[in-house]
Amino acid sequence: MHEEVIISGFGGQGALFAGQLLTYAGLAEGRHVSWIPSYGPEMRGGTAHCTVIISDEPIGSPIIYRPTSCIVLNPPSFEKYEPLVKPGGFLIVNSSLVRQKSARTDITVVEVPANDLAYEIGNVRVANLVLLGALLGINPFVKLESVIQALEEHVPEQRRHIIEPNKRALLAGHRIAQESRQAVH
Amino acid sequence: MSSKILMKGNEAIAESAIRAGCQAYFGYPITPQTEVLEYMARRMPQLGRVFLQAESELAAINMLYGAACAGVRAMTSTSSPGFSLMQEGISYIACSMVPAVVVNVMRGGPGLGNIQPSQADYSQMTKGGGHGDYKVLTLAPSTIQELVDHVGLAFDLADEYRQVVFVIADGMLGQMMEPVELPEMRELRPPPAWALTGAKGRPKNIITSLYLNAPELERVNQELQAVYRRIEANEVRYDTYLLEDAEIAVVAYGTAARIARTAIRRAREAGIRVGLFRPITVYPFPYEALAEVAGRVQEMLVVEMSAGQMLEDVRMATCCRVPIRFFGKMGGVVPLPEDILVEIEALAQGKPALVAQEGA
Repeated sequence: MHEEVIISGFGGQGALFAGQLLTYAGLAEGRHVSWIPSYGPEMRGGTAHCTVIISDEPIGSPIIYRPTSCIVLNPPSFEKYEPLVKPGGFLIVNSSLVRQKSARTDITVVEVPANDLAYEIGNVRVANLVLLGALLGINPFVKLESVIQALEEHVPEQRRHIIEPNKRALLAGHRIAQESRQAVH
Repeated sequence: MSSKILMKGNEAIAESAIRAGCQAYFGYPITPQTEVLEYMARRMPQLGRVFLQAESELAAINMLYGAACAGVRAMTSTSSPGFSLMQEGISYIACSMVPAVVVNVMRGGPGLGNIQPSQADYSQMTKGGGHGDYKVLTLAPSTIQELVDHVGLAFDLADEYRQVVFVIADGMLGQMMEPVELPEMRELRPPPAWALTGAKGRPKNIITSLYLNAPELERVNQELQAVYRRIEANEVRYDTYLLEDAEIAVVAYGTAARIARTAIRRAREAGIRVGLFRPITVYPFPYEALAEVAGRVQEMLVVEMSAGQMLEDVRMATCCRVPIRFFGKMGGVVPLPEDILVEIEALAQGKPALVAQEGA
């Protein structure tokens, strides 16, 4: 098993946090893992992404160019990463914000109206985990339960109240992706 | 795996120093190592130890000098431009023969440069970056676990040789997260007999780097050189990967080495006999071990995130007995495994090995 994931969005959309949860989940399942943020002279409203690698092998480069799985939270991220997903890979698109459609036929694209679903859950900020849930619904390289466990273990004490909406977001995204998988097959 | 936790490189540096018994930390914020400072600011006071944000890197290195003279385990960390500012103080510490630890999380240069990962401070760190005849034992970790291990080791080696020890990292190691197993918290060690602890009831200790009498300063230099010979004899460390049957040896350290590993694994899948030689100490450089490798491979590929600084050491080690190809990225650009794979394939296909710099 070797999965190279890029999660990308506007600063504040939780791309980095979603990546950390995924990394913790991979670690809990006994894999080799790495997480690296994009960092630089950042500005509010600018884009931020992280790269997560989960593998059975020790990880060489934590930076990769072409992901096997990719979550795009906003239009600039779609434009940048949609062409880069490896053939056979997975692209999860936040269709609440991204209006473009992928023309690629060599990857699996799942469109999830993550902001709308998050809004229904009661917190638009959990859109990131709706999309993470969707990725694991279509490409279950780690178990959803491991991500939920990571959420419970690694959210600091004073922020415990965010666990429940985040859990619901993961489950909602997971369900939608599984339904779309059935529709494909 | 259960005892492993996920840590960012910079936080791992800080926690490892604390567990190694670091009693005083002095620093000044500079990206991409500021999380060391943040972590220390939070944790050191909780433990009743010293955290001090200095007014500049010049102040930080001289505070480190003072704490080291007082016989406590002490550390500073910085990134390239800040490291340049520290050179005078490092030279003083070296001459004074007091143990101290300095971590440099390198970024793109020269000048103010940028905040992306780089390895362009290699010469400054391994050849004595300040004035006078001194050198500094320099450990070059390639993973966050090694970063943890090396920071602990740096304190021990500093004590053993009464010298400043460097850990050479870069923005990628500082910023990335990997699982680590942390060592146990160690007891604080008492001040050594030479330390400036107050001379009541004992002859006074003198620590200085000022010797106006030339023969006296020559004697101090000879003593320092003897220390460096001992370090060169005892502390050379390196690692190899798939090198036993290799026809091509990639030579790289730190971040460049771990990226090269991925390229090597892919080249092996394509049937190319290639392996990795990774210096862990970059001073003392593993000259003899690399010379031995040069005797049994057909070509070498040196990969660095610089214009080719370690390359000079590789040339010295091998006496140019094998053709050496160089691949370097500069200014904070991190090579991709694909880039290195192209270079390996070029060598395997018998394209002439040349020492070329990208863009040259």
